[in-house]
Amino acid sequence: MTDVGIAAGERAGLTRLPLLGTVLRSRAATLGFAVLLAWGLVAALAPWLAPYDPTAIDFAAAADPSPSRAHLLGTDSVGRDLLSRIIWGARTTYAVVPLAIGSAFLLGVAAGLLAGYYGGWLDHLVSRLGDVMLAFPALVLYIILITAIGPSVINIVIAVTLAYAPGVSRLTRGQVLALKSQDYVKAAEARGEPGLYIMVMEILPNARGPLIVDLCLRAGYTVILIGTLGFLGLGLPPPTADWGGMVVEGSHLLSVHWHMAVLPCLAITSVVVACNLLADGLRETQR
Amino acid sequence: MTPVLRTEGLSVCYRSGRRLLPAVRRLDLELRAGEAYGLVGESGCGKSTVAFAVMGHLADNGVVTEGRILVDGEDVVGLDEPGLRRLRGAALAMIYQDPVAALNPVMTVGQQLREALAAHRRPPPAEARAEILAVLGRVRLPDPAALLARYPHQLSGGQLQRVVIAMALLARPRLLLLDEPTTGLDVTVEASVVALIEELAHESGMALLYISHNLGLIARVCSRVGVMYGGELVEEGSVRQILKTPRHPYNRALIDCLPDPGGRGAAGGLRLSSIPGQVPTPGEAMEGCLFAPRCAHAERGLCDVAPAPRMERLGEGHAVRCWRAREIPERAAPLAFPARQRGPAEGVLRIDGLSRTFGEGGGLWRRLGLARTASVRALDAVSFDMARGETLALVGESGSGKSTLARILIGLDGATAGRALYDGRNVASLPAGRRPKDLIRALQIVFQNPDGTLNPSHRVERILARALKRLGQRGRHAISARIVELLRLVRLPADTLARYPQELSGGQRQRVAIARAFAGEPELIIADEPVSALDVSVQAAIVNLLVDAQDQSGTAVLLISHDLALVRHVADRVVVLYRGQVMESGSAEAVFAAPSHPYTESLLAAQHPPDPDHRPLALAVPEAGPDSGPDAPPPGGCPFAPRCHRRIGPLCVEQPPPWRPSGAGDHGILCHHEPATITSPPPLASDAKRESASDA
Repeated sequence: MTDVGIAAGERAGLTRLPLLGTVLRSRAATLGFAVLLAWGLVAALAPWLAPYDPTAIDFAAAADPSPSRAHLLGTDSVGRDLLSRIIWGARTTYAVVPLAIGSAFLLGVAAGLLAGYYGGWLDHLVSRLGDVMLAFPALVLYIILITAIGPSVINIVIAVTLAYAPGVSRLTRGQVLALKSQDYVKAAEARGEPGLYIMVMEILPNARGPLIVDLCLRAGYTVILIGTLGFLGLGLPPPTADWGGMVVEGSHLLSVHWHMAVLPCLAITSVVVACNLLADGLRETQR
Repeated sequence: MTPVLRTEGLSVCYRSGRRLLPAVRRLDLELRAGEAYGLVGESGCGKSTVAFAVMGHLADNGVVTEGRILVDGEDVVGLDEPGLRRLRGAALAMIYQDPVAALNPVMTVGQQLREALAAHRRPPPAEARAEILAVLGRVRLPDPAALLARYPHQLSGGQLQRVVIAMALLARPRLLLLDEPTTGLDVTVEASVVALIEELAHESGMALLYISHNLGLIARVCSRVGVMYGGELVEEGSVRQILKTPRHPYNRALIDCLPDPGGRGAAGGLRLSSIPGQVPTPGEAMEGCLFAPRCAHAERGLCDVAPAPRMERLGEGHAVRCWRAREIPERAAPLAFPARQRGPAEGVLRIDGLSRTFGEGGGLWRRLGLARTASVRALDAVSFDMARGETLALVGESGSGKSTLARILIGLDGATAGRALYDGRNVASLPAGRRPKDLIRALQIVFQNPDGTLNPSHRVERILARALKRLGQRGRHAISARIVELLRLVRLPADTLARYPQELSGGQRQRVAIARAFAGEPELIIADEPVSALDVSVQAAIVNLLVDAQDQSGTAVLLISHDLALVRHVADRVVVLYRGQVMESGSAEAVFAAPSHPYTESLLAAQHPPDPDHRPLALAVPEAGPDSGPDAPPPGGCPFAPRCHRRIGPLCVEQPPPWRPSGAGDHGILCHHEPATITSPPPLASDAKRESASDA
């Protein structure tokens, strides 16, 4: 009895803290958050941090692209400064990923709330539509979508939204099903509250925990995804500095100049690992 | 003779971060063979922690920091896992609150019992079977052989708890620990399980450590009682000493919280006494006696400075830990207010032939004739009236349709037939979303579970403000003024507004829920078991609050409860439901007076007043059976017939019982018996036991 009481008290303290407090309670989450924050700063300050224009070509360096005093991380095969391109690449990542994830969650959470709360034919419709989307192998889906509508930032956002929304919707729906039988939801219904208020103000705030963890994980996947699309030549059109595109360009010369592919790979990896650490840490502290 | 259990200066702490929070402080207990010892106190006082420490089953962050726990002279503290296992097999067994969680749902009862037996001894299969059948017979389970092949979900809650007890008995323990073993069960089932535990306590040489917050059950089962507060034993003595001559202010306060069955009741102006404040949380820095902040008799400069003294012996086996135990006067008179003034009875709600059937009509499977579930009648032509300002109690076991009725009244469910007229409007099939504001305002509900009733993401202020806004209150100033008023009504401090529900205790949460229900000055409040999840000390405060708020506003209260002592205290009128039918209704005096429906009789018999001299009635009403099968209520006859102790042969099974007014006001029963003929009281349990003994 007492031990339950203590545990409940601790949990009570947790939900009171804002999200940042929750992050700082876990070492893993703090580390992940710090890495993401650092990349965020790099992205925000790119014009001042980058030593060169990311598209400027240094013909002299192209002859010997290895790291040198002028180009700390070397250049790519056409002589563009790799450090500057990685810095500007962070900006691309930080612009596209939140946009893509944001719209995926907007659609997914809305669909999940409606399906879970109202149930019935609406639930069947939303869930079956989601099943159809999930039945496609994700990569095939992207390739079909991108080749059909052409590569651009907006199209990548659309592709990610369509691919992730069903999963988000399922997760939300499950949470809603568990929460809608709570007495406070019944109390709101008995007050005659409209469905929209109940879904958004009464249910959604209590479903946020698992959704935030899922958001962190999916953000990591999206970074990989944009890299993969870039690698397949379906990413952002050149000469945009895009980590995935840089990997594919560098991969042709991997045996000679490994740094061209490996360094942007490391950038991608660090962001993905940071997202996963953050998600893991949050999941732990929520328990 | 060595005692079966002896704790010496036992202290248990829970680790939280780097701190050690004390949950049990220097506890000395002693149990001899054949003794039934009761441990009482509010939740959070460390009762369960003691049991877990004895079992060597403390939570991962629990540590015994001091003292010894001797089971049969052997110290449990510091024993390794094989040693503990040997001890648990040979000497100790524990029964928990929830029997459903204690049994594995994918194994038959027989498999689980065999497994439990194999953990202790390995007799040959035939002997094992004989032993298991014998122990199932001992816990009074009918047809043990057939039971072995059943799965837990095929048994009722009471049967499951009996299986769990049987499993514990297979270990032939010398000490049986019971942690609130009947809390989740219906009153009638509780009564029969407690009767079984009582028998076990008296017959075998086992020692029993019975943990409960229910003084009535303790009075029935135990011979000695310890009262715990804040992890300390504050009073200890024989059950008679503890309940009849309580000396510690905490123990007195606990007893005073219970409604007095012979009292004038709430309508007569009587209020329950309650204990202000709450149990100290472990680790809370405190000087002086732990109970001092809540104690009505605490003396400044003594109780709040010096730590409470050691246990002081008052008489044979009676000891108390209090500076002022000898000075405090005998029990205080209960609080009394002027009796409720009532004008001419003006109807507020009329329920007329209300029915709700689940699982009928609709559904594609049913239309195709593929549905296999039979329809269930949750409410079957229920009718009663409620007058303005009165308290009507709806009583009955779980599954009687009480909550369905509540849901229909507030518009969360619709009736299949019949009417519920409020202000001339039929609300029986009007969902909340389609009700006009004044109707929503007029009919409000207080839910049972304080944990779920408030949104954990919203502050109290927002919860109340939203309710006010929905009910038509306009303007920020008007709303905050009204919120302050509401907080005063439920006696909560103003800083509650900025808090989240998790930061409030169960009682405080329930106060907020009551404030929310009273926000729009309702005409009728439906209180669905509003206090059953709370400690007695808090229960009393919440009940008083409801009664006061009701007196001030003239609101009618429809109280749904299974606690007949509480109903007797607050209700003006009582409606007894069984399987969706009104079995009895009338004024509270008439219903609680002697002649009443056999079902009401059995509910009353299942009550345990906290009086060791109370002799329980031998109404071994069988548990409610399933909806189908031989124990199901007969389709044409009286639904209670299969369980009735006054059944008149085939008549009750074949003919629907008529409604028979008793002549006392609108009191009447649904029964084949004339109310006047149900006068001879059923036999007392002790006589019945003697009879069955002579039969054998």
